[in-house]
Amino acid sequence: MTVFALAIGAALAVTCVVFVGLPFLREPDPAEDRLDEPGALERRALELAEDRDRALAALKELEFDHRTGKISDDDYRELVGPLRARVAEALRALEPQAESTEERVHAAS
Amino acid sequence: MPELGRAALALCLGLALYALVAGAYAASTRRRRLARSAQNALLAAFASAGVASIVLLGALLRNDFSFTYVADHTSRELPTPYTISAFWGGQEGSLLLWLLILTGFSAAAVALSRRSAPDLLPWVVPILGLVATFFAFMLVVVSSPFDTQVAPADGAGLNPSLQNPYMMIHPPCLYLGYVGLTIPFAFAMGALLSRRTDELWIVATRRWTLFAWTALGIGQLLGSHWAYVEVGWGGYYAWDPVENAALMPWLAATAFLHSVMIQEKRGMLKLWNMLLVVLAFCLALFGTFLTRSGVISSIHSFTQSPLGGWFLGFIVLITVGSLALILTRLPRDPRGPRMESLVSREATFLYNNLLLVALCLTILWGVVFPLLSEAVHGEQITVSSPYYNFFLRVFGIPLLLLMGIGPLVAWRRASLRSLGRSFAWPAGIALAVGIVLLLLGAGSSWIGLLAYTFCAFVLGSIGYEFVRGTRARRALTNGNWLASFAELIGRNRRRYGGYIVHAAIVLLAIGIVGSSAYDTVRERTLAPGQTMAISHYAVTYDRLVRRNGPNANEFRAVLDVKKKGRNLGTLESGKNFYRAEQQSSNEVGIRSDPLTGEDLYVITDQINPNGTIAFKILVKPLVNLIWLSGLIFLIGSLVVLWPNAAEQRRLALRYRELRPLARA
Repeated sequence: MTVFALAIGAALAVTCVVFVGLPFLREPDPAEDRLDEPGALERRALELAEDRDRALAALKELEFDHRTGKISDDDYRELVGPLRARVAEALRALEPQAESTEERVHAAS
Repeated sequence: MPELGRAALALCLGLALYALVAGAYAASTRRRRLARSAQNALLAAFASAGVASIVLLGALLRNDFSFTYVADHTSRELPTPYTISAFWGGQEGSLLLWLLILTGFSAAAVALSRRSAPDLLPWVVPILGLVATFFAFMLVVVSSPFDTQVAPADGAGLNPSLQNPYMMIHPPCLYLGYVGLTIPFAFAMGALLSRRTDELWIVATRRWTLFAWTALGIGQLLGSHWAYVEVGWGGYYAWDPVENAALMPWLAATAFLHSVMIQEKRGMLKLWNMLLVVLAFCLALFGTFLTRSGVISSIHSFTQSPLGGWFLGFIVLITVGSLALILTRLPRDPRGPRMESLVSREATFLYNNLLLVALCLTILWGVVFPLLSEAVHGEQITVSSPYYNFFLRVFGIPLLLLMGIGPLVAWRRASLRSLGRSFAWPAGIALAVGIVLLLLGAGSSWIGLLAYTFCAFVLGSIGYEFVRGTRARRALTNGNWLASFAELIGRNRRRYGGYIVHAAIVLLAIGIVGSSAYDTVRERTLAPGQTMAISHYAVTYDRLVRRNGPNANEFRAVLDVKKKGRNLGTLESGKNFYRAEQQSSNEVGIRSDPLTGEDLYVITDQINPNGTIAFKILVKPLVNLIWLSGLIFLIGSLVVLWPNAAEQRRLALRYRELRPLARA
């Protein structure tokens, strides 16, 4: 029983070690071994995308709440304008046209 | 075979340590292959923990008493299902279950996040490795389930109160919750370490948090039902430290699930959310510490327990380390979004958070105060039910009210006119229910009457939300009511699934209030043929029967039950005497009324030699709503957990397609 147990244990250990070493065994000499890292520009783009999604979701929710009667017409009129402006601003900043992305993102900062 | 178990655990420790050290080095030096290798180590650690678990399970099923753990927790007479549940019936086995679930969750989190959160994963892996290293170390060095001895002829058996079908599912369910909270914690710390404090960590862990929270909630309800049917004292929650140990992280996670919505919708409360994730995880660790260190029985047994000091040290390390990370790495944005009004949905979420955290910390104080008093004065001062019940009312009743207010208030701000229109129906329903209940005599408990009025308000508010939403959906699509209702839920599962969960909490509250504020208790010794009247029941003790069960001698009093003169048949209540364990247990008799949710609950307190029996009988109105609430809670949680394809597409667009855009 002990020999059997030790054999299974040894097989498990070898399998685990090989599995852990697999990235090095598969790519012993890779051209690139750096982890992708988001740069400042990408972080800013993500912030803008989050802003855009947040504003879009808020707008959608406002429309629905207004339709259900949870928000009065007066409140709706007061809230919808700034939200639409925010959505438009975020979409403009992320639009892949006109100027370069870098300029757009910096302009929105 | 114990050698294989020890070897598998040692291997698991090595792999977890590798994931910690190599993972941290790879993340800080940005080495891709090493980071991938550390991820693989976590997957391999799961396989190792799995082998160790199989070895222990095999020893349990073979009745291999050369394993000290097997001899201490099973016997030859123990039925097979309870032999399996003995896996987590003792300290070493339950720690192994922790490690198995932790490494399993870690492997799943790594596999699922490689594509969706590649930027966070390099730092998440060492955090998961750290927690796995701690538990593997405890199992290898401090408290091994693979210690051996000269095999005795039979084992000591399992504690009789653990010989109940609920013990097959209740502890694993709680452990799924405790351990599940590790994943959001690891991602939160990973976000701080990688300086990715945007919403990615929240998106990546939303379902993990919900899953852990659901498992903790269901696990607690199963535990309450176990206490109700097995422990035999007539209640389902005794504010025992072990029970509180599961309630505290659940409350913290509940607060987090609400406040994280404010971060997602308004970009606020980033710091608060990080603190809540840390609090929930530390309380999960604290819960395990409480139940495993021996600290509950006495602070002195804690110092004698091999686990106590290690656990306390680890909790301190996690708390200090994570707070330091939050303070140093979480960016502050003084120009960030602000709360626009104190009357808004986000404001009600904030009030709800403050109440939940206050309740959680109050319970924590009640748990640690006896230990502190014993440590400082040498005398343990017990904090008992009145303390907890007082604060449950102080914080719980406003929480109940907020559950009804929240859905009626819009995000950002709400005018008085809108509020008046939204509140009219639910408030009218609540008022009507309150008056009817008062006329029916519910005023005997003013707190009960108040709670029921608020419950009616919450149910009215939830129902009104569903009606208004379905009506608006129907107006948009011109569909029928049922299709519009289904579409309403499908398009916003988080909101409407959340409402279903709220309805479950209301049912829970109704059940708790009904069975505690309006219950009836009678105690009497009866001879065969004598009758005892309680509420609208008449219970006649007929005879005592004795049976030999597979592992216990069973004594049962047979009782004839009548309700308002109508014969309901017989009911059995008695005691079991467990032969191997030389212990007895109460086996209560329960007659449930499915229409009213009421229980007749009979405890056989003492069987006397002269043939008389001392009975304690309780009538508990509405108690079955507590168990029904578990089913509704599960349905609501599944609605929220169900994947939303549109949402996933939107998030995929945000996190994947933006990358090349930003690098253009």
